[in-house]
Amino acid sequence: MDAPAHYFHWGFILISTANLIVIALMILVFAAAILVPYPSGKGKQR
Amino acid sequence: MSWTSSLQRKLSEGLPYDQLLPDEQPAYVHSYVYLFGVATIGSFVLLVVTGVILAAFGPQWWHGAAVGHFFNSLHFWAAQAFFFFMVVHLWTAFFQGAWRDGRGLTWVSGVVTFLVSIVTAFTGYVSQQNFDSQWIATQGKDAMNSVGVGAFFNVLNFGQMYGFHVFIMPVVVAGLMGVHLTLVRLRGVVRPYDLPGPSKRRVSEVA
Repeated sequence: MDAPAHYFHWGFILISTANLIVIALMILVFAAAILVPYPSGKGKQR
Repeated sequence: MSWTSSLQRKLSEGLPYDQLLPDEQPAYVHSYVYLFGVATIGSFVLLVVTGVILAAFGPQWWHGAAVGHFFNSLHFWAAQAFFFFMVVHLWTAFFQGAWRDGRGLTWVSGVVTFLVSIVTAFTGYVSQQNFDSQWIATQGKDAMNSVGVGAFFNVLNFGQMYGFHVFIMPVVVAGLMGVHLTLVRLRGVVRPYDLPGPSKRRVSEVA
């Protein structure tokens, strides 16, 4: 914590590695939620 | 008819008692993407519980004691989870066009909740009582002054920011979430877009 943050710098894009990791994780979780089949449990459907 | 009777009739028609906690949903809701809203609510509950404990013991405890540190971290990570799930929920709603078929107010109430949550998080960051919060407050004051609210919303005033963070903002966020959830219950989950092409079955046929 007590150190300067690491940054990703590519052209005009400048973002801290921590924020970049969070965004990548959000995209991964979003894609997984769409692609992974939902278990067909005992719940009732309409 | 009085406004109370009219409200009572509207609520009993729109939200019948036996359907307040439904145990079935349309077939198209059978996907993980529909869980991010409730994950956001779960994170909010954790935020309130850990926040109440932090408020009860105070800054010296959350910075000095081991258990205080633990609850401080729980509150911090609950905030990360809250925004993480809220943003993915926002993506889900956006790509499904969740404002369609009379659901405009549901979408707008969600957007307003998101914006108010950002202000809530900001008041939390400046209430930490450490060098980080001092740095954020001294940087943030210029932003507040530039938009003309610095006189009413003084980010260098710990008491004011703490009051906003532990009472005013959580009540506003909880109220907005209540409105958002009520609208979701009243209007239901939006149907997915129909698949293009004449050979594909339409959602209205399978749902």
